[in-house]
Amino acid sequence: MDQRATFSNLWLAGALIAPQLLLVFLFFYWPASQAVYWAFTTQPPFGGTNDWVGFQNFQQIFTDRVYWNSVVVSIIFAFFSTSLSIGMALLFALFVDRQLKGYKAYRFIYFWPYAIAAPAVGLAFRFIFAPDAGFVSAINTISPNLWNPAFNGTDAMILIVLANSWKMMAYNFIFFLAGLQAIPRALIEAAAMDGSSVLRRARDIQLPLLAPTLFFLLVINITETFVDSFGIVDITTGGGPARATDLMVYKIYSDGFKGLDYSMAAAQSIVLMGLVIGLTFIQFRYVEKRIHYK
Amino acid sequence: MIERTPILNAVTHGLMLIGLVLAALPIYIVFVASTHDLHAVNQVPMSLYPGTHMVENYSKVWEKSQFGDKMLNSLIVAVGVTVGKVLIAAISAYSIVFFRYRMRMVFFWLIFVTLMLPLEVRIVPTYAVASNLLDPFQTILGWTGLGLKLPEVNLLNTYTGLILPLVATATGTFLYRQFFLTIPNELVEAAKMDGAGPLRFFWEILLPLSRTNMAALATIMFVYAWNQYLWPLLITTDQSKATATMMLQKIVPGPLFGQPPIWNEAMAATLLVMVPPLLVVIFMQGYFVRGLIATDK
Amino acid sequence: MSTISIKGVHKSYGRNPVVKGVDLEIATGEFMVVLGPSGCGKSTLLRMIAGLEAITAGDIAIGGRVVNQLEPRERGCAMVFQNYALYPHMTVAENIGYALKVAGLGKAERLERVAAIAKTVGLEDFLERRPGELSGGQRQRVAMGRAMIREPQVFLFDEPLSNLDAKLRVQMRIEIRKLHNRLKTTSVFVTHDQVEAMTLADRLVVMNAGRIEQIGTPEEVYRAPATRFVAGFIGSPAMNLIEGEALGPSEVGFGSVRLAVAHTGLQPGQRVVIGIRAEDCVATAAATNTLPVAVDFCEELGSARLLHGQADGRDFVVQVPGGAGGLRMGHHVFTVAPNAVHLFDTQSGMRIADTPDALSAAA
Repeated sequence: MDQRATFSNLWLAGALIAPQLLLVFLFFYWPASQAVYWAFTTQPPFGGTNDWVGFQNFQQIFTDRVYWNSVVVSIIFAFFSTSLSIGMALLFALFVDRQLKGYKAYRFIYFWPYAIAAPAVGLAFRFIFAPDAGFVSAINTISPNLWNPAFNGTDAMILIVLANSWKMMAYNFIFFLAGLQAIPRALIEAAAMDGSSVLRRARDIQLPLLAPTLFFLLVINITETFVDSFGIVDITTGGGPARATDLMVYKIYSDGFKGLDYSMAAAQSIVLMGLVIGLTFIQFRYVEKRIHYK
Repeated sequence: MIERTPILNAVTHGLMLIGLVLAALPIYIVFVASTHDLHAVNQVPMSLYPGTHMVENYSKVWEKSQFGDKMLNSLIVAVGVTVGKVLIAAISAYSIVFFRYRMRMVFFWLIFVTLMLPLEVRIVPTYAVASNLLDPFQTILGWTGLGLKLPEVNLLNTYTGLILPLVATATGTFLYRQFFLTIPNELVEAAKMDGAGPLRFFWEILLPLSRTNMAALATIMFVYAWNQYLWPLLITTDQSKATATMMLQKIVPGPLFGQPPIWNEAMAATLLVMVPPLLVVIFMQGYFVRGLIATDK
Repeated sequence: MSTISIKGVHKSYGRNPVVKGVDLEIATGEFMVVLGPSGCGKSTLLRMIAGLEAITAGDIAIGGRVVNQLEPRERGCAMVFQNYALYPHMTVAENIGYALKVAGLGKAERLERVAAIAKTVGLEDFLERRPGELSGGQRQRVAMGRAMIREPQVFLFDEPLSNLDAKLRVQMRIEIRKLHNRLKTTSVFVTHDQVEAMTLADRLVVMNAGRIEQIGTPEEVYRAPATRFVAGFIGSPAMNLIEGEALGPSEVGFGSVRLAVAHTGLQPGQRVVIGIRAEDCVATAAATNTLPVAVDFCEELGSARLLHGQADGRDFVVQVPGGAGGLRMGHHVFTVAPNAVHLFDTQSGMRIADTPDALSAAA
């Protein structure tokens, strides 16, 4: 029988879980339900209780060009940042997994970017890629304003993609490495006896067995680009120039805290929440079932 | 395994070195930039040899923004979140794994779901709760018609306000749960036969065995809490409670204003913010990889 | 020291019955072995005695006191687990002394008793080590020490020797039995290994699919298995069991083989299962009452040899003396003493009783 051995003191069980449940209620479920409430109402200009407006707020944001701009920007950001950070992390994990001389040092250092705060990363990259300082702007001597993230939307996007990828690469690297090391050595050795070379093994054995890790990281990374990227954007580009890097999450902050339009911010939050829940759902239900080879 | 692939090895080494540079270079650049004077730092490209103005730059940043106090605040918050999280997540996971009651899985999912929605998405209403902690209960009481008036608990500009919402996340609970599930049933039964009750078992047997896990969680939480940016920005208007990481925003002019930052000082501040979590990670790296492997899906 | 009384005990997990009505009385100081294949419910029965599983129906009483509702620590039992279940972060001394610590005993007295027990199990030099640093046999002894120190009414053993290598198993078996001879604590020992059961038990219980097949001393169970299952389970090599029929009141057969048996009153045509132990076959030159076996495979045991082959098309094993002059491959003819042929009803598997004369002749 696979039943767990348990204790029977149920009052104790309740007491043990109460603190976390309380915190989760106060700081998660209540605010989330408030957000839902605000999304479906508007605040009257001179105070008083909110008026129910149904989907009006949503209609408003869905017909707002600025909103759709932020959606497009977020998608572009998600795509490029995720591809870059996952691709590179996978490569480096495969390299380090071969355990060539000195691999421990590589493993050690590849991980550091994870520990660095998003705004710190942002500031560092803002410096390196600054239009008038740092390094990259050296190419401006060839032709002025060849590189200028303060004016060129694409340059700004490149900047935040690079900054975000740099940080996420470290995180993905560790998971990929753990996934690779979980593959029993016996499988690799069997493949080698079957005549498979290093590259072939990577393609035929390691990558397929990494598929669960890959999809897990895919979802985590995409979610992160939609939701966690506030720090980098705020400090490097502020959403500009001309909203070229106005990510959805940044817009929520601008509308909510700077613009004080809580209803709009709430409606946008709901949409973002829905997106994230949807992504996680897909990973749990659909993808994981098909990818796990047990 | 004996395998002769000299060319592939050389290429791999080369690529790994490039990777090393990619990973370490930005950090190095930040360091070097913080040692130059204003003129040198604005050279394009900046010289990669460290300058001589390190002490000068750091003292300026330290004094100008009272960075010492800010670092202390960050430390208090990070330690508070770490300790709070390590403990609360442990007892929650304990309740879920080692007791059997009908609501058990419901509670687990309730907690787990919070992983999907980080702070940034519910930032405004969470702020509202922080400004009056008991407001949700007040509202609920209002629905029931009871005339009870709860006191107002304002957490803005307090350490509690900085710490509590960060402790509410589910990461730790999930990690502990995965680990607790690997404890053999027989160990629990032997303890029961020896007469140990649930609290004794938790304190004398389960926690000592969870040391690696706790170290991993502590590392993750410390880094997470120290690196918090948006939440401290919102909740502290009083500069005395500001944290180091959020100061980065105050130190540089906004990116939309067109005015460049004072780069050498900005980089000095950046390095100050970077160093503590980096040190923690470096020290804990052995434990950390093991902890993640245990929780990997 | 206590008796254990198990009356009408059932255990079901949801709708899945695992123990289907067990009645068993264990005398004070008895070493009772519960033997059976995987999944027969023996471990579940043990755990119900310990209090680690709830009893679905029936009563278990220890020392005259019904313990159904009591927690494990209140029952006066100590248990040795299959995987030892030692606390990995505690030293041997702390592991052994843990129950005393929980009971609130003072440090000095605890240390004294731990030292005494450590001496009994031969671990005095290992007290400061951690389980991870010990060998399998040493861990086993720590587990036993931990159980012993509580001076319980009952010792419960849940397949404690399964994880040891063969040689160690034999050694530990002897140690456990010697310990029991000294301490005389009522013990219940669960195993799937019938050699262990036979060598350790005062009495043994054979279980199958949640029910008791037979209770008896090792001798009784070996000599007169009560069911076909017990007959095939006890003894190594397993008893040859062949479906045949009675040919006369004292004769049975299968295929072209006809054998005389000690039974009287068999109905001709009655379907029976014929059981013959490998070692009860004797080579013969006689013409009747014979069992011809075509041997195609030999297993060398040193002092004996196992001949595997076919008797009239059915698989058959014969044990013969070893040595240079012994039988090997090829066709051989054997005979079996009439009172060494066991008969079981084909439908129910129950033993068909020998006549009283036959039983006393075999004694």
